[in-house]
Amino acid sequence: MLALVSPALLVILLLIVLPVGWLAWQSIYHDGFTLENYRRVFTEDIYWRSFALTFEISLAVTAIALLLGYPVAYLANSLPKGWSILILSLVVLPFWTSVLVRAYAWLALLQRTGVINQFLRYLDVISEPLALVHNTFGTVVATVHILLPFMVLPLYATMQKIPGDLMQAGASLGASPSLTFVRVFLPLSLPGVLAGCTMVFVLCLGFYITPELLGGGRTVMVSMLVSRNVELYNQFGAASAVAVVLLLSVLVIFFAVSRFISLERVLGQK
Amino acid sequence: MTMRQHFGLGCTLLGAIGFATTASAAEQITFVSQGGAYQAAQTVAILDPSAKKLGITINQDSIPDAWPAIKTQVGSGKPIWDVVDTPTGYCLRGGEQGLMEKLDFSKIPNAAAMPEAYRSPYSVSYEFYSSVLAYSQKTFPKDVPNSWVDFWDVKKFPGRRALRNHPIATLEAALMADGVAPDKLYPLDVDRAFKKLEEIKPHITVWWTSGAQSAQLLNDGEVDMEMAWNGRVSAVAKEGAKVAFTYNQGVLQSTSLCILKGAPNLDTAVKFLNEAVDPVHQANLPLNIDYGPGNPKAFETNVIKPERAAQLPSEPANASKQALMSYAWWSSPAGEAAEKRWASFMQK
Repeated sequence: MLALVSPALLVILLLIVLPVGWLAWQSIYHDGFTLENYRRVFTEDIYWRSFALTFEISLAVTAIALLLGYPVAYLANSLPKGWSILILSLVVLPFWTSVLVRAYAWLALLQRTGVINQFLRYLDVISEPLALVHNTFGTVVATVHILLPFMVLPLYATMQKIPGDLMQAGASLGASPSLTFVRVFLPLSLPGVLAGCTMVFVLCLGFYITPELLGGGRTVMVSMLVSRNVELYNQFGAASAVAVVLLLSVLVIFFAVSRFISLERVLGQK
Repeated sequence: MTMRQHFGLGCTLLGAIGFATTASAAEQITFVSQGGAYQAAQTVAILDPSAKKLGITINQDSIPDAWPAIKTQVGSGKPIWDVVDTPTGYCLRGGEQGLMEKLDFSKIPNAAAMPEAYRSPYSVSYEFYSSVLAYSQKTFPKDVPNSWVDFWDVKKFPGRRALRNHPIATLEAALMADGVAPDKLYPLDVDRAFKKLEEIKPHITVWWTSGAQSAQLLNDGEVDMEMAWNGRVSAVAKEGAKVAFTYNQGVLQSTSLCILKGAPNLDTAVKFLNEAVDPVHQANLPLNIDYGPGNPKAFETNVIKPERAAQLPSEPANASKQALMSYAWWSSPAGEAAEKRWASFMQK
């Protein structure tokens, strides 16, 4: 077994563990041991505000992705095989387009002269264009779009494993379809909910291109502080300290989640 | 600076191979610029003619942001690059941090003849661009915004606005909007500039980060006026968008040539530096791209026709309407502090 996984382990060691370790080292060692980079992260307002904004956006994106994704996964699960394959392909389809192209596509839709504003003005619903992009709203919309598959797929995988007999059993005992859903299906699908939410939330924490292009400069997420710090302080340590703090927060979240559910399930295994 | 990215790698390689086969001279240097149409224009105007005249091989490389690579290369003790074309501020900062060779101007007569504001102990101005006030001619058909005072005047010139998400040139514009004369800006009164920026902040729709973005905003009519780089605005105008800009109160910025500390071909690099700012080579640059020559003597060569000269940021009459950026101030502790203050201004 070990021989089989050793190439993968080697790749992980060389491409992930070593560089991350080197970055972490840089954050505490620059011409001698220093905690200056961390002092800055924990005392200066901008870091606190960016971390707060990043977590707010990630929470909002996760909640919206769950609301949109659950019905899709439910539908894909309950329809005949052919239909569910079609639905799932549509969910996965955007993966073939780069994040950058999708961000620009949203710009074409949401901006002042974009399709949505033009259409609403044509219908006389609004007289002034709505500010749909270059703000947090536009960032959240585009991010939800990009991360939705990461919500739908774990949900679908979990729902597939809920035996259909249970619903029939509920019905045979006189429960209405909605009651069966609330009392039987929903609780059994919760591991999928937790898995999808964790994936989306954690991925969203590190988003860079979308807020950079659609945030209008005001939506400063943590990843943008990382790149800004390289420029500003001319050393990698200042940036990697921010990255290390973000990484540790992700690990804390994974640890917290793992107390409720096994990590293998979050990562789509069982 | 991300405005001239994506130089076709093929071009670089082809260029390098071409030289390697034609020039048999042992002398060579590695020259690095920012790629894109910009590096292609230089190759025609400056690099090829210089290589031919000096009988040397110029190996080209390109990178959008050279700074991290400069630090890493010089830090390793064995740099690969010789000459870098990079925003002047990096040359100065690099000089202060011991990453650049101090230049001996007695060996670089072409640079020695340039005005002192156009060079530093570590660098020579190579080309100029300008951060200008650009506007939509659809929104402003007659009465056009013509200064930063107008840009700040949201009553007289209603409309959506954009500024660059960066303090460099933006603080200068704010101070000019507050009545400071273009030639009296430095040292910048940072508090005053940020106070003035607070005033316009609610009216700024987008704080752009890349040159491409600033062009898109103007092209799509997403904003009615903005600060943008002159080359970006003229490119949008060339494609038929109804946009224009003024050099009045523009901020004249430059990239410079500097030589990496411990460059493998120092002597050849110095010879190249002199040749690269030769007035005739320099005059050829604006015939290939919308940037002005770094050496003002280029305008006396008769290579640039008067109509063309009038469009260029560093043409003397245009230059006199603008503020010449002080990279020395921006790389001073006060400048670095102002740069750090920017992020917290953006978040509030």
